[in-house]
Amino acid sequence: MPVFLIDVNGEQARVDVEPRTPLLTVLRNDLGLKAAKFGCGQTLCGACTVWLDDRPVYACELPVEAVGDGKVRTLESLGTEADPHPLQRAFVEGQAGQCGYCLPGIIMRAAAFLRDHPLPSPAEVAEALDPHLCRCGSQQRIVNAVLRAATEAAR
Amino acid sequence: MTRSPSLAANPLISSWLTVRADGTVTLRVGKAELGQGIHTALAQIAVTELGLAPGQLVVAPLSTAASPDEGFTAGSLSTQVSGAAVRAVSVAARRLFIEATARRAAVPASSLTVVDGAIRTPDGEIVGSYGSLATEVNLDVDAAEAPPPPTAARPAQPDLTRIDLPDKVFGRPRFIQDLDLPGMVHARVIRPPLLRATLAADVPGDQLADLPAGARVVRDGDFLAVLADREEVADAAATRLRGSVKWEPADDLPEESRLTPWLREQQSETSVLADGERGQRTPPGTTVRASYSRGLIAHASIATSCALARFDGRLLEVWSHTQGIFPLRAAIADALGLDRPAVVVHHVEGAGCYGHNPADDVAFDAALLACRTNGRPVRVLWDRAAELGSGPLASAMTADVAAVLDPDGTVRDWTYDVWSNGYNSRPGYAGNPGLLANGYRRGGRPLPPSVDPSLASGLGSGRNAVPPYALGSPRVATHRLLSMPIRTSAIRSLGAHFNVFAIESFMDELAGVAGADPLAFRLARLGDERARAVLQAAADGAGWGQPPGAADTGLGLGYARYKNAGAYCAAAAVVEAGASVLVRRLVLAVDVGRVVNHDGVRNQIEGGAIQATSWTLKEQVRFGRDGITSLSWDSYPVLRFSEIPRVDVIVIDRPGQPSLGAGECSAGPVAGAIANGLFAAIGVRARTLPLSDENVLRAIESMAADG
Repeated sequence: MPVFLIDVNGEQARVDVEPRTPLLTVLRNDLGLKAAKFGCGQTLCGACTVWLDDRPVYACELPVEAVGDGKVRTLESLGTEADPHPLQRAFVEGQAGQCGYCLPGIIMRAAAFLRDHPLPSPAEVAEALDPHLCRCGSQQRIVNAVLRAATEAAR
Repeated sequence: MTRSPSLAANPLISSWLTVRADGTVTLRVGKAELGQGIHTALAQIAVTELGLAPGQLVVAPLSTAASPDEGFTAGSLSTQVSGAAVRAVSVAARRLFIEATARRAAVPASSLTVVDGAIRTPDGEIVGSYGSLATEVNLDVDAAEAPPPPTAARPAQPDLTRIDLPDKVFGRPRFIQDLDLPGMVHARVIRPPLLRATLAADVPGDQLADLPAGARVVRDGDFLAVLADREEVADAAATRLRGSVKWEPADDLPEESRLTPWLREQQSETSVLADGERGQRTPPGTTVRASYSRGLIAHASIATSCALARFDGRLLEVWSHTQGIFPLRAAIADALGLDRPAVVVHHVEGAGCYGHNPADDVAFDAALLACRTNGRPVRVLWDRAAELGSGPLASAMTADVAAVLDPDGTVRDWTYDVWSNGYNSRPGYAGNPGLLANGYRRGGRPLPPSVDPSLASGLGSGRNAVPPYALGSPRVATHRLLSMPIRTSAIRSLGAHFNVFAIESFMDELAGVAGADPLAFRLARLGDERARAVLQAAADGAGWGQPPGAADTGLGLGYARYKNAGAYCAAAAVVEAGASVLVRRLVLAVDVGRVVNHDGVRNQIEGGAIQATSWTLKEQVRFGRDGITSLSWDSYPVLRFSEIPRVDVIVIDRPGQPSLGAGECSAGPVAGAIANGLFAAIGVRARTLPLSDENVLRAIESMAADG
């Protein structure tokens, strides 16, 4: 199998897989990065969202060969409990989630969105998160957490 | 106060609590964390009653090897039943530690208090602790004595925040889908398009040769799976096999457009839930009648179901996101002819399931395959199409309602008949293991039609079918289908979503005929003060009686007491009927007795209300004669972020009353409130769910036809 060198969370990762292997499989099974989730494998739910060169992408359908020199970032690189990203702090403070399976993808998209829209309206946040499904009905809390993070970051 | 069934089944304190020398306490429970926050609520009860700091208590993952058997995590009963047990063992353990300290320090036990695990005298001197007495105090004792009921007074204590949330927000592995076992092999199962179908012929050898390198086919009767060391290879092999194998249908599905009449035409078992008297009255009143219906609904978990299993020739270990580790263990052991002790089921959190989804089925898939891998662990993951189309669904339902409205406003002769498949095919139902693959493999047993839970368990298709209002003596009957071409089982609130939608819609229809205000019409027929309080609070919160705001916007109400014995919930919905039906705002008022965790209650009510809005507005499983066609998020759309209403929750805390579960009570009231809000907005009475463009247009056309 061919070897791919990809930049994941700032480190060079070497993986030996078929070229069409989805990035999500490589992240989860070869690199042990479990934050990005499998939800549908069809880019319809957003659970697998990671960044490629700072833009949100669906890792479930992105073949590893298409990553090239792009920089892959997953939720694991965003922050830690000791040093959280403002979004992670806001999600915990706002208890924004129930089962939480959708959250890694949502947080990654929200973080990219806030870079371009530092002080969004609630409707803009909701629209930005429309590629994501949350089945537990935590959407209101999630939108509020994104708004809270935006406000805190602007302070 | 009667004893919690969980405590009666597991009376020893040591079944629930282990105290360690370092002062930490492990709490074992049998109720599973499903994303509803139950472990946080139970931890909160334990730390409060034991007198611990939150960091001093750990909730152990569930396992049949160590946890108390609390059956299924279902029916909004965990706070009530498990919570009562946790409270009782915590109170009893605290007393034992205080008594031991009192003996040692020669002080009266009644003078001692516990703060952060330290046992103190009135002047603050620490004379003992859980940790220092851990080896001395024997917890192998019965917590038989019921603790005193909780006092109305409440110690000022903040809500415990969700103990599972940080892992999820920081991307740490916590879900079953994240679990790797050393040397595990990946598996995919190839499912037929129908519940009853057989493999048309042997899977030919050339197709096997055609599989990607490293993939291996396993066939057992009509159970077909592929195994591979790498997940993407298993995926590719499954895709290839799905395209090439032929299934022979042993059944066909009803015509989708005739689903409602089909429900009424099937053989069914009638259960009379209320058998009201009927008599002639003069002058005769006005008879009002209506029929309501709803399609099938999917659990549609955001994750696809997953399980791992390992069989070393003696012990079968299964890792599962099941709602019932003990019933699943019994079902697997029964199906495979193993002794129960030879099967251990460990619970690992999954995504929200909202009832009986494929969690148990995939666990059995893994168990079956683990018997063929020479001790290697097997990980099975279902795909999205199977998650939506091969797991149990919530049955389609239809109901006829009639009542007589007398000139003086009396409502009498209420009659309610509902047709539905059963709401229970969980492991062990109807004497069957109830595991999907067991219906396909050689020597297995096909799945019988779903049954309904008993009256004591709150019924299934008849849940909340008996109206909560004073309506003379109603007649209520359920008609449970005895055939099941589409597999059905429990989904959040079971029959209550539909029954409350029908009853609350009809209450508004009656109020309309009577020329009465829907709120006043309900309040005049609700004797229970707690019911009246939530209804009034929701109505007030939404501005009932004030002039409507925007054009084509209306406010509707819905009310129910879940299972007629659980939480009280009322909903008010602001509905806008533009190009499509939109819910702009929901106000929910809820009374769950004594609140354990305030934010936990709000979170459950908000989530339940948003999910019920999705069911009510959008959700319908589509199918053709040869199978279900709602197999992706495109063909089974659910509510998206930009369609979410603002949700306000009013919690009426009753500290002196027993705690009641909050997870399911909102579903029915929200459905009723939305349908009534649509009528208030544009005068259209839509009696078929979902309130899709298609169904609302049909309602408008039938109104025009009625003229």
